[in-house]
Amino acid sequence: MRAAALLLAAFAAAAFAQEAKRPSPLKPGPEFQSPDVRALQADDFANPGMLWVARGGELWRAPGANGKRCADCHGVDAVSMKGVSARHPRHDPSLGRLTDLSGRIDACRTRYQGGPALARESPDALALEAFVAHQSRGLPVKVSTEGPARAAFERGRALYFTRVGQLNLACTHCHDERWGRTLLAESISQGHATGWPAYRLEWQSLGSLHRRLRACFFGVRAQQPAAGSEDLLALELYLAGRAGGLAVEVPGVRR
Amino acid sequence: MSRRLFLQVAGGLVAGAALPAAAQANRILPVQDIAPLIEKITGGRPIDRRDVTVELPSLAENGNSVPLRIRVASPMSATDRVTDLHVFAERNPRPLIAAYHFGPAMARAQVDTRIRLAVEQRVFVIASLSGGRFLSGETHVVVTSAACIDEGI
Amino acid sequence: MAIARLQVPSTVRAGEAVEVRVLVQHPMETGFRREADGRAVPMNVVHSLVCRLGAVEILRAEFGTGVSANPYLAFWIVPPASGELVVEWVDDAGAKGRVAAPIAVS
Repeated sequence: MRAAALLLAAFAAAAFAQEAKRPSPLKPGPEFQSPDVRALQADDFANPGMLWVARGGELWRAPGANGKRCADCHGVDAVSMKGVSARHPRHDPSLGRLTDLSGRIDACRTRYQGGPALARESPDALALEAFVAHQSRGLPVKVSTEGPARAAFERGRALYFTRVGQLNLACTHCHDERWGRTLLAESISQGHATGWPAYRLEWQSLGSLHRRLRACFFGVRAQQPAAGSEDLLALELYLAGRAGGLAVEVPGVRR
Repeated sequence: MSRRLFLQVAGGLVAGAALPAAAQANRILPVQDIAPLIEKITGGRPIDRRDVTVELPSLAENGNSVPLRIRVASPMSATDRVTDLHVFAERNPRPLIAAYHFGPAMARAQVDTRIRLAVEQRVFVIASLSGGRFLSGETHVVVTSAACIDEGI
Repeated sequence: MAIARLQVPSTVRAGEAVEVRVLVQHPMETGFRREADGRAVPMNVVHSLVCRLGAVEILRAEFGTGVSANPYLAFWIVPPASGELVVEWVDDAGAKGRVAAPIAVS
């Protein structure tokens, strides 16, 4: 019995040690894009994601269903939003659950602006998310993975290391073991989410991280978790913990 | 005149909305004969194949948005200037991409934009000059993810 | 109305060439894209875009479906006089857009 317990403990320790070191050196997404995609992201005028940031700014200042504007509580210039995106996903005590930025914005809209829920991936949701996240541009990602967030962090990590789909691959196989190598014509990134929501050339639109993660699951021919699901939120938290210290670079531009 | 050209191209050259999904590009998007389109611009007059630089990355990561810079060596004076640019992509389902018409305040015969390219192909630019002359330039691009054919997830 | 951005220096020396940059939010639907149920999304692109300074037409552009979504255009002008630089466009569905910026020529 004691031997079995020891064996189990050793196995569990080995599984957690499998966390694998973070990629080294840490490289954000733009380093794996072509030069003109990098240049487009760096161009604050031509970066198409900035159209969504601009629209988000309009929504920030526009009255909600009950007449209240985001600006009324948070200030017209949104300076109060600095750092907010860098701390998400987080366990939100007022909501009693892990939430990402998109979920937090939706909660504000429904609770304090009397509005209907903001559907994920809707134009307004993306615009607000891009606007708020953009206020954290340049700040290091710093999420809490302890306390109430610990369970979700472990869940995200487990998912990150789980083989899925017909191709039977886990995130780690590409983004830890083979980053920088070429897959078809593309350079595999380290899988950091610092540029999201991002303008994706393939989508010809700005889109959310959850949409991108779902595309990854599609890529290995796995069932796609739903956007906003606990699985994707947990995975998002794990990725953010893993990217700790890298700067927010919203809106990113990706191929 | 160009607007009619665009409407003709949209109606005509390749089967309308039903692009097949399989990306056997050579069969589905062959090089098209754009000479008749070019002739509508030049009226059959000769084209000098020089002085027009078509800048595109030699490898486009995603055909949905490829940066294009067109430069024509021209004094852009009142009597010697570029009046129009026409851009063609010979294997796009609709080969006429864009047309630009320059008024007198244009300082340079230069345009920066972003275009869609379906497959590896040549991109041509015809420059119309004051005085009824024509110049042209071209370049070749390899495209990894095809606009119009490859759907996003 | 669609979000659009226009960038041009607000003050210019007489005879100086300056760059005008325009970015318009528009999906530029090709008519080839399909919804999840398989139906093709109808073609709808910004087909005409005009830039004027006062009454002077600076540039007129026609776009087909080969122009990228969220069309971007940059070009160089010598503003003939102070005035409002206006960019206007219309798409296949008849929706119009407009963005403007003042230029002072010294």
